[in-house]
Amino acid sequence: MSTATRRPTLAVWKFASCDGCQLTLLDCEDELLAIADAVEVAYFLEATRATVEGPYDLSLVEGSVTTPADAERIRSVRAASRRLVTIGACATAGGIQALRNFADVEEYLGIVYATPSYIETLSTSTPIAAHVPVDFELRGCPIDRGQLLEVVNAFLNGRAPEIRAHSVCVECKARGNVCVTVAHGTACLGPITHAGCGALCPSYHRGCYGCFGPSESADPRALGDELRRRGTDDVDLVRMLRTFNAAADAFRAESTRLERAPR
Amino acid sequence: MTHRASGSRTLKVDALARVEGEGAMHVEIRDGVVHDVRLRIYEPPRFFEAFLRGRAYTEPPDITARICGICPVAYQMSACAAIEDACGVEVPAPIAALRRLLYCGEWIESHALHVHLLHAPDFLGYEGAIDMAEHHRAEIKRGLELKKIGNELIELIGGRAIHPVNVRVGGFYRTPTRRELRAFAPRLERAAELAREVVRWVAGFGFPEHEGDWELAALRHPGEYPITRGRLVSTRGLDIAAHEFEAHVVEEQVPHSTALHAHLLERGEYLVGPLARFALNFDALDPVARDAATEAGIGPGERNPFRSVVVRAVEILHACAEALRLIERYEEPDRPAVEVAPRAGVGHGWTEAPRGMLWHRYELDERGTILDARIVPPTAQNQPSIEHDLFHFVERNVDLPDEELARRAEVVIRNYDPCISCATHFLDLTVDRR
Repeated sequence: MSTATRRPTLAVWKFASCDGCQLTLLDCEDELLAIADAVEVAYFLEATRATVEGPYDLSLVEGSVTTPADAERIRSVRAASRRLVTIGACATAGGIQALRNFADVEEYLGIVYATPSYIETLSTSTPIAAHVPVDFELRGCPIDRGQLLEVVNAFLNGRAPEIRAHSVCVECKARGNVCVTVAHGTACLGPITHAGCGALCPSYHRGCYGCFGPSESADPRALGDELRRRGTDDVDLVRMLRTFNAAADAFRAESTRLERAPR
Repeated sequence: MTHRASGSRTLKVDALARVEGEGAMHVEIRDGVVHDVRLRIYEPPRFFEAFLRGRAYTEPPDITARICGICPVAYQMSACAAIEDACGVEVPAPIAALRRLLYCGEWIESHALHVHLLHAPDFLGYEGAIDMAEHHRAEIKRGLELKKIGNELIELIGGRAIHPVNVRVGGFYRTPTRRELRAFAPRLERAAELAREVVRWVAGFGFPEHEGDWELAALRHPGEYPITRGRLVSTRGLDIAAHEFEAHVVEEQVPHSTALHAHLLERGEYLVGPLARFALNFDALDPVARDAATEAGIGPGERNPFRSVVVRAVEILHACAEALRLIERYEEPDRPAVEVAPRAGVGHGWTEAPRGMLWHRYELDERGTILDARIVPPTAQNQPSIEHDLFHFVERNVDLPDEELARRAEVVIRNYDPCISCATHFLDLTVDRR
């Protein structure tokens, strides 16, 4: 850098996850080199082995907390970060691995490993915000590339990100899609799912499967009543709510209620 | 030191946890002699095989995609193949062709990522693509452009590049029109042109003398380079169908890793991935890719894992040529998907993920509820071979200072593009010298 101004530092951290959300940063093919010019990539193991000591101006955190060691590590990441943004369903809701929260983790260990005692794991998968304060949560499994750029841009420029929390239905209407539930009776979580994908699934003639988690003021119970009238049974409803955002409050509460309700 | 568990529980594998994230290597040296080398993967387990139990047979394509954000299509394709096998359904040729086209996008994207952002900095002496771009901006830009075209192809068919939404058991939710695909052909022609340059570029890297003596294993199907189907064949005479895999491979849990280790019964370590595919299917490469390989000085006898970077570049070129051919011949299917009615039974499926063969097995009840699932990813199969290679590497370089030894060992591991190579500085080396 020729100027004396210090470039802001960016760190990217991984917890239990598939790597897809941090890959989204590398998938910004047209912007990647510009980003690398604008910020100092201080810690991003998927991209470079070079690391710079903290503190970091902005930390992006992918993944959920599933081990005692990670529960400790997230505290040191927080301590070293001026701003901490969680990216993706694992980090914001516990991810698909939070299905263990509804089961017995000892049994899971026995199914997968011959010698479970070698494995150290927690009985739950929890979002980052359950452990440390988080400055912003970016939803999605995976996150949307455009939204990621908006969030990084906003934080580096000291403004609030423009990310809307309304439902996928709004995006579907904006896109001019025919409603898959009304027209074809397809079970769709669009009315209770956080926007951000651009109503991708309905545009491909399938129902939304909730990968961005609950929208603000989501009412899963009302949607369930509607879908039940069109032939979706409770077993299917529970499965729909228990995927990548199974442990997000609104989805968890309704799937638990349905499971306990007399059939 | 390895723990060999007995009975069917050995076969239960968490495919997910062991392949990504971070790892460590532990080396034990006694009086200058290497005693033990252990590659430790400590990615936390995510238990996919456990929570798949009780799910509907229609769900694994979406769920198992989440095992890996870099190769979700591979998980979707192996899952579909296994479930359709369980239900006794074979998808019509146009749907099979469209799946192959989608998969070509993933090969281009994943290989372009590995070659340019993960592997090239090793050969050129950089910490990563970011500092490499200061002196090799054009090459990095070319790699990113290639990667972008691969992602665009996945988006065109799958809806999005990471965890595509359009794949289902039996086919797709919506199939593209001929016109939509034709319009994409110029992008692939551009990609093919770039890939040819990339093959020439990586062929000029410096490669240490190094040769592996593993059994190489890859799918093989008459008349095509293996992507979506075939029998598993090897350089030492293995030739099996997907349902025979379990009878030939045993997975062991080792104390130092959340990843299981796979061995061929009574044969030992084997290696899957680009080097194996290339060695066993050189004759099936698109002529354009075969010529580029020959010009780059590699052939089916190539056994230097450092040159796998050249093989990946050749496979990018092959995927571009193959995708162009598939688009040229594309016929819109009558329906986006065939009906797949559930039935009780077991199904097996495998495909060639960018990193090597990926095997799925599902047991269903008559309503299609999953009773049991097992997934064997490429990195679990390769880990014993990687450890073996590392052992010999450390043996030959035992006098190097620890830091240099760690750096070079990382390069050895990255040759195999294990999913853990996402973290380029994953090697937390401890050397115990006494």
